[in-house]
Amino acid sequence: MTLVVILACVAALLVVSVLGVATARSSADTPIVYGLSLAACAVALVAALAQLLSGATAPTVVLPLGLPWLGAHFRIDALAAFFLVVVDLGGAAASLYALGYGTHETEPQRVLPFYPAFLAAMNLVVLADDAFTFLLSWEFMSLTSWAMVMAHHRDADNRRAGFIYLVMASFGTFTLMLAFGLLAGPTGGYAFEVMRADHHAPLIAALVLTLALLGAGSKAGLVPLHVWLPLAHPAAPSHVSALMSGVMTKVAVYGFIRIVLDLLGTPSWWASMTVLALAGITTVMGVLYALMQHDLKRLLAYHTVENIGIVFIGVGLAIGFQANAMPLAAALALTAALFHVFNHSLFKSLLFFGAGSVLTATGERDMEHLGGLIHRMPYAAFAFLVGCVAISALPPLNGFVSEWLTFQAILLSPAVPQWGLKILVPGVGALLALSAALAAACFVKAYGVTFLGRPRTPVAERAKETDRFSLAAMFGLATLCLLAGILPGFVIDALAPVSQALLGSRMPVQASDPWLSIVPIAASRSSYDGLLVFVFIGLASLLAATAIHRFASRALRRSGAWDCGTPDPSPLTQYTAASFAQPIRRVYGTLAFHARERVDMPRPGDARPAVLHVSLRDLVWDWCYAPIEGSVAATAGYLNQFQFLTIRKYLSLVFALLVILLLVLAIWL
Amino acid sequence: MALIHDLAVQFAQMLVVLLLAPGLVGLVRKCKARLTRHRGASIIQPYRDLLRLIRKEVVLAENASWLFRVTPYLIFATTWVAAALVPTFATGLLFSWSADLIAIIALLASARFFLALAGMDVGTSFGGIGSSREVMIASLAEPAMLMIVFTLALIAGSTQLSTIAGVMNSPLVGVRVSLGLALFALIIVAIAENARIPVDNPATHLELTMVHEAMVLEYSGRHLALIELAAALKLLLYISLIACIFAPWGIAGSEAGFAALLIGAGAYVVKLVVGGGLLAVFETAIAKMRVFRVPQFIGAALMLGLLGTLLRFVSGSF
Repeated sequence: MTLVVILACVAALLVVSVLGVATARSSADTPIVYGLSLAACAVALVAALAQLLSGATAPTVVLPLGLPWLGAHFRIDALAAFFLVVVDLGGAAASLYALGYGTHETEPQRVLPFYPAFLAAMNLVVLADDAFTFLLSWEFMSLTSWAMVMAHHRDADNRRAGFIYLVMASFGTFTLMLAFGLLAGPTGGYAFEVMRADHHAPLIAALVLTLALLGAGSKAGLVPLHVWLPLAHPAAPSHVSALMSGVMTKVAVYGFIRIVLDLLGTPSWWASMTVLALAGITTVMGVLYALMQHDLKRLLAYHTVENIGIVFIGVGLAIGFQANAMPLAAALALTAALFHVFNHSLFKSLLFFGAGSVLTATGERDMEHLGGLIHRMPYAAFAFLVGCVAISALPPLNGFVSEWLTFQAILLSPAVPQWGLKILVPGVGALLALSAALAAACFVKAYGVTFLGRPRTPVAERAKETDRFSLAAMFGLATLCLLAGILPGFVIDALAPVSQALLGSRMPVQASDPWLSIVPIAASRSSYDGLLVFVFIGLASLLAATAIHRFASRALRRSGAWDCGTPDPSPLTQYTAASFAQPIRRVYGTLAFHARERVDMPRPGDARPAVLHVSLRDLVWDWCYAPIEGSVAATAGYLNQFQFLTIRKYLSLVFALLVILLLVLAIWL
Repeated sequence: MALIHDLAVQFAQMLVVLLLAPGLVGLVRKCKARLTRHRGASIIQPYRDLLRLIRKEVVLAENASWLFRVTPYLIFATTWVAAALVPTFATGLLFSWSADLIAIIALLASARFFLALAGMDVGTSFGGIGSSREVMIASLAEPAMLMIVFTLALIAGSTQLSTIAGVMNSPLVGVRVSLGLALFALIIVAIAENARIPVDNPATHLELTMVHEAMVLEYSGRHLALIELAAALKLLLYISLIACIFAPWGIAGSEAGFAALLIGAGAYVVKLVVGGGLLAVFETAIAKMRVFRVPQFIGAALMLGLLGTLLRFVSGSF
């Protein structure tokens, strides 16, 4: 029943997409498309949630579509149900937001037909139960999102982003195709249940893992496969950016978990090492890249890379524990990863919505041209602040809970027997701790420069509060961030069927713990109670405020800023995004980006201003992609001369080829 | 009965930290003054300052937002909650399970997050410089602190501070290499987190090296009082943390009687005095560092913490 409902929603979304094409030129199109998408996502969300919470047996359906001898298999097990919740919650929020935001779109016909199709494709990837349907939906998801990345294609940067995205997406699908081919084996069992039942040889398993890491990792944004992500996500309209960053990367995580923890059978411990090493590097590099950005949307996109790293740390730990038959620890690690998936889909969508509101209010994405928006957009600023606190992993909001669970999982890992893991895991723990602190720095910068201080440009000064639909979407997500933070036990319990199905074990039931606290292993070992912490902080600040206002003083006077007696009226004297990040750039950037600073100081008597030159290198691009790009260009340039030959040369080439082929045949036979 | 006992201990703890914190700051200042052959202000001077400040009116910059006005209360509340959860004179705190050591560190990080935002709110260059340096220092001090927590948690088998203190108090734990590394790292982190010399100088204004004082420059009146009180609470928290982990002698157990609690309280005051005195001696003996040498100083703590954790991962006997 649930499966039929969700498939009906997907079909409805596809119909809406066709409707979007048909009515693209009419003005009533935007609310119709987004309203219908919202309704479809909401229905699918309820159905998926019911399936996840009821714990009913996984429904399956085979439709006579696709390959004639295979058909299209669909199935919702606990893992799929959870990811459907993430996809449809994100989809519903983005549709609600777009009811307001979408009206500012200058060329809606470039977005509207693809938006519902993109939502349908993400649902289909999660629903698919055979390799063919999975790959087809995966490619459909890539192409529809690519079309929306290219919505503003007159901007050369966006065209480049679209090109790189297309190349990376094709590469990802290609590797996934090979992975599924290996899983299906010579008999060609493309249905997932056949793959699950098969036993896979160690070499095949190793190859599949590598290919899945490349394919799903390139979609999710694992370093060094992340290069397309910070270009493509900001290029799309903001509600699509939110979906790509908050939801599509999660679909990639789903693909990885599905292949490695479900289809491949019991993993081996070195798989965990590979995943952990990549995830650790991804986490820190992602946040360092984000810190160096001053484009608000690009900063958020880079920050997605960091969060994907955190998710993959959890998944990697789960693989390692499962390989060593430590089911409880594996369940804890996987729950932490999935909890972070859920959290990140909430606050990253929220933050992209905020960035979109700033973009419509000011027309600016560059933080250096913003400032002081908290006075002009108070509600949007508040919701964005909640998102910043949540993503910086600060209690009592939700980001902290999932990181806390990941730390608890790391603390269980000295029990693993392999030396490689024993030495790697503390390092990964240190990287995770480093990234948590750097994330807070990153969002102090993002919020402080964009929303606080004085407006740096006239457009920032004239900004207006965003519309009601956008605010409703943002406040809805902010409320969910708070609820997931203070009542984490319910989320953990909802995730239990997933780990039960994948790993055969689950975390202890949390809802029955006293005071709604969470106890991952045992009360003497560790526990955390977000609700109490939230109540304590609230009570303590209320107490302080009332006591002081009642018994001491409540007088207040407005005056000019003090600034040690020498305030400067020009808003340009404020700290900018670049100057805020300068200390961190000097500490980490010399290693991570080969950052170099050079002061061009005029000679005495010369009136020109001194200039500070800063150069940053993207080492991943320079080392991994620039050589490939260079060699492709060189080969193409070399082959290009074959276009302009005389007919004699073409004929002699053909003749030479014929002779070579005949020789080969003669030697072969 | 047990519940009432625990509740009483918890409330006593909340009051004790709140009341002792300014005294500790006064003590450190007095010791520093005596060490440099000044007479120094009385130990109770910080109490007088706080009382004076909360009675004065707030002078608020014209473009200060609501965030700027809410922040002092939030900072005070989070720091107070964190300090109330660190065992001082007794381990049997009623709410100690609501936040383990990782959560306590994260609570302090929340306070810092809001303080750094408040530094940027008015839009002055001093606020920005303070915030930007504060997050740079925190970006190293926080992971270092987490590595220390890892080391301790792996020794005690728990991230719960009461359990850690209990294990440290038992004869099971002798002198260990990883503990030594953790202590050294924790002292460095405590100095950095509390903006003490050589990382920052709590006594200066108008210096290009200042961090914490630059962030709070725009605050006045009751807002400033709360921020000063929160800073004092944080200092007390770190000294209590070091004391309850590395010097848990005399601390009362969870079911202790009145006499044991009194002994615990006496021992705690002695520990605070010794801790404050040592801090004063250290600060007098050392010079302020250049800002860009600070990362190396705190980086050392990070490496020590990582080494301690690694040793614990490799073998249980270190």
